[in-house]
Amino acid sequence: MTKTLGISFSAILLIVACGLLSLTNKSFPPIQKNGPVQNVSGLKVSIERGKKVYAEQCLSCHQVDALGVSGMTPPLVKTKWVLGDKTTLVQIVLKGLTGEIEIDGDTFHNVMAPHSELTDQQIADVLTYVRNSFGNKARAISAAEVKVIRAKTK
Amino acid sequence: MKNFSRNFLSIKAFYLAFSCCILAFSACAGDTTKVAFVSGLQPNDNGLILPAGFKATTFAEGLGRARHIAVTSDGVVFVKLAKLKDGKGIYRLQDTNGDGKADLVTGFGDFTGTGMTVRNGYLYASSDVAVYRYRLDDRNKVVNPDQPENIVTGLLARGEHEAKAITLDYDGNLYVNIGAYSNSCQVVDRTKGSPGMRPCPVLDSAAGIWKFKADKPGQTYADGVHYATGLRNVVGLDWNKTTNTLFVMQHGRDQLHDLFPDIYDTKQSAELPAECMYELHQGSNCGWPYIYYDEFQHKKILAPEFGGDSKKTAGEDAQDPVIAFPGHLAPNGLLFYTGDQFPAKYKNGAFIAFHGSWNRAPEHQKGFFVVFVPFKDGKPSGEWEVFADNFSGSPALTASGRAQHRPCGLAQGPDGSIYVTDDTKGTVWKISYNK
Repeated sequence: MTKTLGISFSAILLIVACGLLSLTNKSFPPIQKNGPVQNVSGLKVSIERGKKVYAEQCLSCHQVDALGVSGMTPPLVKTKWVLGDKTTLVQIVLKGLTGEIEIDGDTFHNVMAPHSELTDQQIADVLTYVRNSFGNKARAISAAEVKVIRAKTK
Repeated sequence: MKNFSRNFLSIKAFYLAFSCCILAFSACAGDTTKVAFVSGLQPNDNGLILPAGFKATTFAEGLGRARHIAVTSDGVVFVKLAKLKDGKGIYRLQDTNGDGKADLVTGFGDFTGTGMTVRNGYLYASSDVAVYRYRLDDRNKVVNPDQPENIVTGLLARGEHEAKAITLDYDGNLYVNIGAYSNSCQVVDRTKGSPGMRPCPVLDSAAGIWKFKADKPGQTYADGVHYATGLRNVVGLDWNKTTNTLFVMQHGRDQLHDLFPDIYDTKQSAELPAECMYELHQGSNCGWPYIYYDEFQHKKILAPEFGGDSKKTAGEDAQDPVIAFPGHLAPNGLLFYTGDQFPAKYKNGAFIAFHGSWNRAPEHQKGFFVVFVPFKDGKPSGEWEVFADNFSGSPALTASGRAQHRPCGLAQGPDGSIYVTDDTKGTVWKISYNK
């Protein structure tokens, strides 16, 4: 009985979600150039795109599991560098990072190249992906936010 | 450790099956398999996998980032740490009851680093910017642990390849690696689209081996002789008594795909370039950053930062490697075996500790083992083979790169046993042969 109810409830949820999704798709383009990515479907799409950016731009150093490389490349999992201030995080992507950094007593010193050639959307996507994967949970970052930070970062 | 005991039986069973598969695979693959597993490679009590007749004891553990290691003529072991443990950067380990485990452990030295070697009553240790030495008494105790002599100070360390691996010859000279503060000498390091600099300015002050006087305190960087150039970074190095020359293991360049995705796919980037052994002489040039060695084409290839396309050869003025290993395995320890304990084939051959890769992702990581290369008349006389394996803990941990242990330093004891350090947890193994 509970199971049937659960299935029915899920089905209703699915229908409602699909309805909302199609509504969203009608109201807005699926990829918002500068708008915030806060609704659920937008978040999911951003994460999916971000995963591709991660594979192309980040994975070879930060690794498949984002745990980095001991002594060289810092982990991206459950650290304030990733989950904390968005401005600092976006600026690291834009400007890269050189010099030693310390996380929980371990130091890392591999050079990170600047990635300013990525679009605002790509940076938003990859950071949203990293902040919502590998056990991380943090607010999405929008292309609009990246644009503002990029303008301030010269 | 508890987890490990619990899993040991299944690991052992797995490895027996695994070894059988490897043997079967080798038989089928014939000459195409370059990596020859030693037949009868079998699990040791503490998880390492060794050839039949060899046994490893856990000599010490919990030292943390244990880098290079040196053993005195009476078997006292010194280990250099890259992270202080209880405020100390060097540990003296002594096995007073001969059970293969250190029972007298003392720490000293307030600096971190990599280099550690012992000669003529002195212990030499390096930080990332200096080389020190400590006088040892006739029982190999450190005479003045708080006041080492400054042999060389002011060495270059710019946050990349800064470990100062050291070794000595038998004529009173000290050889120090000064690694390149760069991956491939681009204008902006490790950045796609940034061109290579020719001439590469890094070569003037780094990316080579510098030679100093081993017994002269107070030397500075400027007092060093620029002994060899074109070496991106060297961590494993040893003086070969047969040839009376210095042999080094170079860490090859990274990120061919990241930087040149149109030329190299991720698989090529995982396998190239080779990690190379070189025999050095005064004035040797090994070609970095302009070339790298491709072990499949057996050629020195022009680096893409300098116009290369993965096929154009270059570096006619650069040495060929003595032997080439798969890419990115990170050779951190080199030891020419001069003992009599191991079977005859090991005499004068090279043991190499491969720290294990990171720059093979998204391909599986590799390494985390100690290999052996037989030598005759100062040259390799056969294929390399895995000597000690499973430092990572399992094939899955090797593939993910999340190794439990990573081999780093190698040294030979007076009884002909060899010692291996691990700079993840700080285990030191003593490997012996008992027929």
